Amino acid sequence: MSAPAVPAAYNFAYLDEQTKRMIRRAILKAVAIPGYQVPFASREMPMPYGWGTGGVQVTAAIIGADDVLKVIDQGADDTTNAVSIRAFFAKTAGVATTTRTADATIIQTRHRIPETALKAGQILVFQVPIPEPLRFLEPRETETRTMHALEEYGLMHVKLYEDIARHGHIATTYAYPVKVEGRYVMDPSPIPKFDNPKLGDSPALQLFGAGREKRIYAIPPHTRVESLDFEDHPFEVQRFAEPCGLCGATGAYLDEVILDDRGNRLFVCSDTDFCEERRRAGHCGAKAAAMEPTS
Amino acid sequence: MSEDDTPLLRAEAVTRLYGARIGCRDVSFALWPGEVLAIVGESGSGKTTLLNCLAGRLPLTAGIVRYRMRDGESRDLARLGEAERRFLMRTDWGFVHQNPADGLRMTVSAGANVGERLMAVGERHYGRIRGTAESWLRRVEVPADRIDDDPRSFSGGMRQRLQIARNLVTAPRLVFMDEPTGGLDVSVQARLLDLIRALVADLGMAALVVTHDLAVARLLSHRMMVMKEGAVVEEGLTDRVLDDPRHPYTQLLVSSILQV
Ligand SMILES: Nc1ncnc2c1ncn2[C@@H]1O[C@H](COP(=O)(O)OP(=O)(O)OP(=O)(O)O)[C@@H](O)[C@H]1O
Ligand SMILES: [Mg+2]
Repeated sequence: MSAPAVPAAYNFAYLDEQTKRMIRRAILKAVAIPGYQVPFASREMPMPYGWGTGGVQVTAAIIGADDVLKVIDQGADDTTNAVSIRAFFAKTAGVATTTRTADATIIQTRHRIPETALKAGQILVFQVPIPEPLRFLEPRETETRTMHALEEYGLMHVKLYEDIARHGHIATTYAYPVKVEGRYVMDPSPIPKFDNPKLGDSPALQLFGAGREKRIYAIPPHTRVESLDFEDHPFEVQRFAEPCGLCGATGAYLDEVILDDRGNRLFVCSDTDFCEERRRAGHCGAKAAAMEPTS
Repeated sequence: MSEDDTPLLRAEAVTRLYGARIGCRDVSFALWPGEVLAIVGESGSGKTTLLNCLAGRLPLTAGIVRYRMRDGESRDLARLGEAERRFLMRTDWGFVHQNPADGLRMTVSAGANVGERLMAVGERHYGRIRGTAESWLRRVEVPADRIDDDPRSFSGGMRQRLQIARNLVTAPRLVFMDEPTGGLDVSVQARLLDLIRALVADLGMAALVVTHDLAVARLLSHRMMVMKEGAVVEEGLTDRVLDDPRHPYTQLLVSSILQV
């Protein structure tokens, strides 16, 4: 697949200045009211909605010539989606890009928060498909807005109740709802709940953009973020039985890779940059040798 | 004034117009704690309009509805903030719709339907919520092993009983019911009426029950109001009104039921 088609004449970072100002105003409001979904006039971008046009617009509005951009998709820097978005900003804004979390000033992400701890000054931009956490049980937009306004969040627990009733435990593993700074309930985008603890008290600024749904929301640095749960079914992150097969990391989020049709599987870090850094530093997993010759 | 002298709900000249058409007009009455008041009348007489006005679901064109809150203070419902009004609706009030689908969440389990109000008021213990839901299902005679089924798989009568359980779980002081047995078979109706009567008596709730069926009024209510063309034409103790109707319209209603 090729990179998005960009017209010959365009402004810095593609969007015109007026649009960027409009988006920045929405971002400022979102930062001022952590977890609150701010409507904005989402623009057509030269890529389909599924590609994270909300995140792209947020990045376009905040990026400057000195920024260093990293783009990840499910933790990887090298998927079509990530490569295309990185190429898009390299072309339209002429910014430097990187795959290293530590070197990036802006990280646009779909489905993961990097394993490497973020620092003050970094901005994480999430691509959001469905921003409304109450949508599952209440399709009426007027009603969900009222529920947020009046802090009527009983319905979120109805959803968790259903999970336990059907599965014996809270089976929601992605887009696990959180309460931000004790006030707004927020959908953290489809990150694994494994990443939920990283949302809270982060030194980095976290911005969320939903293109099709025209919403922006934010978690400012060092904000309290709690994952919803029951007293007798407390929130828990996924645990992995074995370390990463390539770098030996424990406590990282792992993807399962099917190696062949004889049922051989490998668990590897979903964060490719994290895994490569560790291997460069000399860490080695049990299956690393088996994987090396192929690349 | 002590609490005993203040009605739970008081309607003062409640009027609702739909453009030039009259929904209900100039209705005044008092409802006392634990009292069941039936609102009867033929189709189009304004029963649902009045009920919705009283329950804060429809704005009044004129008049006042006052409700005595749990703190003892009587408040004009139109002047409650939206947050207060919604809180009242899901704690101190119940509303039982004729069509259970209007009052239930059809895509979540029976247990979650009953537990929703508990979670809405801050209950955060799954085991307790489930325990309460189970005991309420038993109470309304829904088999407890249906707790994880959603109401789409329930019969009409079971759905209606589930809707009642969902409303009563927070021990409301006032329940509004609009034709609660309306869509059901006669045999199912009879059992449901017995159940409603027993629950209302056990819990000491007040209830406003809309029905076009005088037999329902007879069985459930202490007092009744007869409506015609939006206005109340007769009001009194249920037995008195049914056995000795004074208004010609009520006499007509009563005689027509006697012929059935
Ligand atoms: N939304 C509306 N818009 C306009 N007119 C309405 C509306 N709802 C009710 N009405 C009118 O108000 C009057 C009272 O209607 P309402 O539904 O309150 O009667 P009802 O006694 O509940 O009747 P039923 O027994 O058929 O349910 C009728 O003339 C009806 O046509
Ligand atoms: Mg009606």
